[in-house]
Amino acid sequence: MDDADHGRVGAPLHEVADGAALGAASTRRSPRRPTALVIVPGITLAAFALPIVAGLAGTLLPAFGYLPAIGGQSLSLQPFLDVVAWPGFATGVRITLASGLLATLLSVVCAFGFCAVACSRPWGRRAAAFMAPLLATPHSALAIGLAFLIAPSGWIARAVSPWLTGWSVPPDVSTVGHASGAAVVLGLLLKEVPYLVLMIAAALNQLPWRERIAAARALGYEPVDAWLRVVLPTVYRQVRLPIYAVLAFSLSVVDVALILGPANPPTLAVLALRWFSDADIRFYFPAAAVATLLLAIVVASIALWRGMEMAVARLGARMLERGRRGGAGPRLARLLAAVVVATFVTTLLALSGVALWSAATQWRFPHAWPAGFDVATWQHRLLALAPAAWTTCKIAVSATAIALALALGCLEYEQRRLSRSALPALRMMYLPLLVPQIAFLFGIQVLFVRAGIDGATPAVIAVHLVFVLPYLFLSLADPYRALDPRYARTAASLGASPLRVFAAVKLPILARPIATSCAVGFAVSVGLYLPTLFAGNGRVATLTTEAVTLASGADRRIIGTYALAQSAFPLLVYLVAATLPAWWFRRRRGLGA
Amino acid sequence: MLARALLVAAIAFASAMPAAAQSWDDVLARARGQTVNFNAWAGDEKTNAFIAWIGEEVQKRYGVRLNHVKLKDTAEAVTRVIAEKAAGRDSGGTVDLVWINGANFLALKEQKLLHGPFADRLPNWRLVDTVRKRSNVIDFTIPHDGYESPWRMAQIVFVYESKRVRDLPKSVPELLDWCKRNPGRFTHPSVRNFLGATFLKQALYELAPDASVLQRPATDEAFAAATAPLWSWYEALKPTLWRQGRQFPDNGPAQRQLMNDGEIDLMVSFNPSEAAVAASTGLLPDSVRTFTFSKGTIGNTSFVAIPYNAAAKEGAMVVANFLLEPATQAHAQDVRQMGNFTVLDLDKLAPADRKRFDELPRPAALPSNADLGTTLLEPHPSWMTRITAEWERRYTK
Repeated sequence: MDDADHGRVGAPLHEVADGAALGAASTRRSPRRPTALVIVPGITLAAFALPIVAGLAGTLLPAFGYLPAIGGQSLSLQPFLDVVAWPGFATGVRITLASGLLATLLSVVCAFGFCAVACSRPWGRRAAAFMAPLLATPHSALAIGLAFLIAPSGWIARAVSPWLTGWSVPPDVSTVGHASGAAVVLGLLLKEVPYLVLMIAAALNQLPWRERIAAARALGYEPVDAWLRVVLPTVYRQVRLPIYAVLAFSLSVVDVALILGPANPPTLAVLALRWFSDADIRFYFPAAAVATLLLAIVVASIALWRGMEMAVARLGARMLERGRRGGAGPRLARLLAAVVVATFVTTLLALSGVALWSAATQWRFPHAWPAGFDVATWQHRLLALAPAAWTTCKIAVSATAIALALALGCLEYEQRRLSRSALPALRMMYLPLLVPQIAFLFGIQVLFVRAGIDGATPAVIAVHLVFVLPYLFLSLADPYRALDPRYARTAASLGASPLRVFAAVKLPILARPIATSCAVGFAVSVGLYLPTLFAGNGRVATLTTEAVTLASGADRRIIGTYALAQSAFPLLVYLVAATLPAWWFRRRRGLGA
Repeated sequence: MLARALLVAAIAFASAMPAAAQSWDDVLARARGQTVNFNAWAGDEKTNAFIAWIGEEVQKRYGVRLNHVKLKDTAEAVTRVIAEKAAGRDSGGTVDLVWINGANFLALKEQKLLHGPFADRLPNWRLVDTVRKRSNVIDFTIPHDGYESPWRMAQIVFVYESKRVRDLPKSVPELLDWCKRNPGRFTHPSVRNFLGATFLKQALYELAPDASVLQRPATDEAFAAATAPLWSWYEALKPTLWRQGRQFPDNGPAQRQLMNDGEIDLMVSFNPSEAAVAASTGLLPDSVRTFTFSKGTIGNTSFVAIPYNAAAKEGAMVVANFLLEPATQAHAQDVRQMGNFTVLDLDKLAPADRKRFDELPRPAALPSNADLGTTLLEPHPSWMTRITAEWERRYTK
């Protein structure tokens, strides 16, 4: 539920062995030994669960009228009554639900459609590799690019005007900011589809799906049909949590909705933010109530989704039993795959648009291209980003380093304890991705102000950790757990201490997944908007907060520069993560795999 | 890191004396080394660049570090000060200086959340025009009593694309006729934004049966009586606006972007030199020109104020004073820089300083003082609050 990369990137997962082997291996290992690592899971749990629990409490109380500091002395339902009485409330709820559910539904069917068609083909694998860095682009940067692309005076309209359309001035129709929230759905689709495709690709690595397809083909099903019938039902179970994360994120997204969504009324998340930042302090109460309602909507939507899953599963099972070959499924899957390809093209165009703007001198409707480029001004614009870029880096590197230390500590502890079930609490790792950000960030802000640490970089890092940790942990856990235990056993039998085994054997072998998970963590941090805004109390300016602030109307050339830098940073880190380990261990060729 | 420095500063200055007791030299001495968190709306790049320039200059001259806390809305800073008050942080606050006027100023002043009076203690205060530019001392009908210091003037003007617009609407009723003839070619910023609300106030000035009531706080009866013609005018106007009045740009710069994109031909601005400044930087076509209504338009002053709990009060005062330097004001008025009209009385300046203003460039899109006509005083803030609320009630569905 962050603004950036969800990318548990597929690449390192190629190395993952069948997860079942681990369970078998663990029972054969030596008896447990006490270790200092015992405190790490506790710290980790505290790092992501405490802020959420405390933050939720800090939001729920004012939602029910209790915040003595600003005169809310007793519990009441008044804030909710005020919210319901607000003229745009019903529409706001409708837009929120419609855009959130539709974005999720489309993302899910598109991602499965694409995988059904692409998974068994070589180009599908290449496409997945291409998607990973794409995922690193922050939502807000994509939304900024998309806004320019699809506006009535945007790039698409410019490209076909006036020679095709006859438009000498842009048509007076609504795209960006359309009252239905359609542009928000599109903006979410661009990010959530590649995320889910990569989740599915990662899950497939854990399944003997080729064998199943082969068996189905032998029974006369064509490959895409076979995938839909025998692979999808199993793989869906594996990506259920990521889908719920997409659902929760889509319902509560703020930055994308600010840039692409309607304003009067806006979605509930934007409404909550607007009221939280109102000069009139009494708006805190209805703002907290909206945030609480949003939490309830997310919970209810997940329940609804679960219900739909069961209904579809029952229906699907009946269809499977009927055993018909062919049908509309494969055709639909091919159509969806085409839609996914179209979203990639859209993403590339959106990013190209911001890149062009960043260096443009002038670019007016109906010209398809900028009037000119000015390298000197462009360099000047890039240099002006330096302070925000430095803050962004500092926060992202710190949060990623802490998250990596905690994740490695947890995983290593888990292996030495020889039990996967030793850490049931860490299964809550998905919590930050399922709770709407605004529902707990407000409470956190109040706590930080009380403690006098609001607006400080460490406060921002602490809140970033809540989101970086889960993504980093989830992307590192599978490769770590799948590491062949015989390496460690061999080293131990040669007299190496557990620490030495960890540092000299495990870390080098796992260098690539570690580097990738760091890139994921970095990208997540770079893209975070709302957490930075709230924990930084508006005073910690990162590339993302600046870009979203400027997106409301500033010079498009400067917005373009921010969006470009915002996308380039995580991309560069991905590149480094992809190449550095190989270079580092170039003498140990066997590790290159 | 910054916050820690502020906390240390907070402890050091917890017992800071009131401004009145300090000589200006004391202020300068205490200011040296301070970091001033300047909370200022950041939606305009030219203004941001100007603030950055101010930061470089005060660092060089006074050893004051200026940190521009970029706001989407001034209300964010007001909220922050109120939240700090609520949290009991009565010193070492995180807002040192805030760009403010009108309702936001009134909110802080009424709740006694401002430091001061300090403005009339600034050495450059004597250069401020307090006679012909009454808005420098009366902020939206509220005498500021030295709790804020002026730094730039604003006045409502209209900017049009001269290639497509020939017949200029010179009054509020004429604007409606123009919009009917040119549907979809005019809009105004969202009424939640100060510029959008000011546009409606401008219309109210001409349409209200008795405009003098606007100088007093709005009551239910006065508001209903004064705004009835406004709403019937607006009902007729709304469907003729860009996107049939169903969507509005968030703020002034977003509206200007629409103009630059060719989506509209006419826009409202709060800065007489906006067209000239924007055209010189490619943010508007060179063919834009400026005009105002024949019966005059609303003008006001932008101020800076210091919250009661600011950690760097002296540094903030140094910045406020530097904003009033004749050279700074001339720099600000230069259309190649920010292009905002000065708050100073040019007659009070030394000849050398006066020359700085006389030598400023005057491009075609820049109106002369005569073009600008009469400046109307801002109504009491309660009118803006009520107009915004009433607009939301009527048009949020």
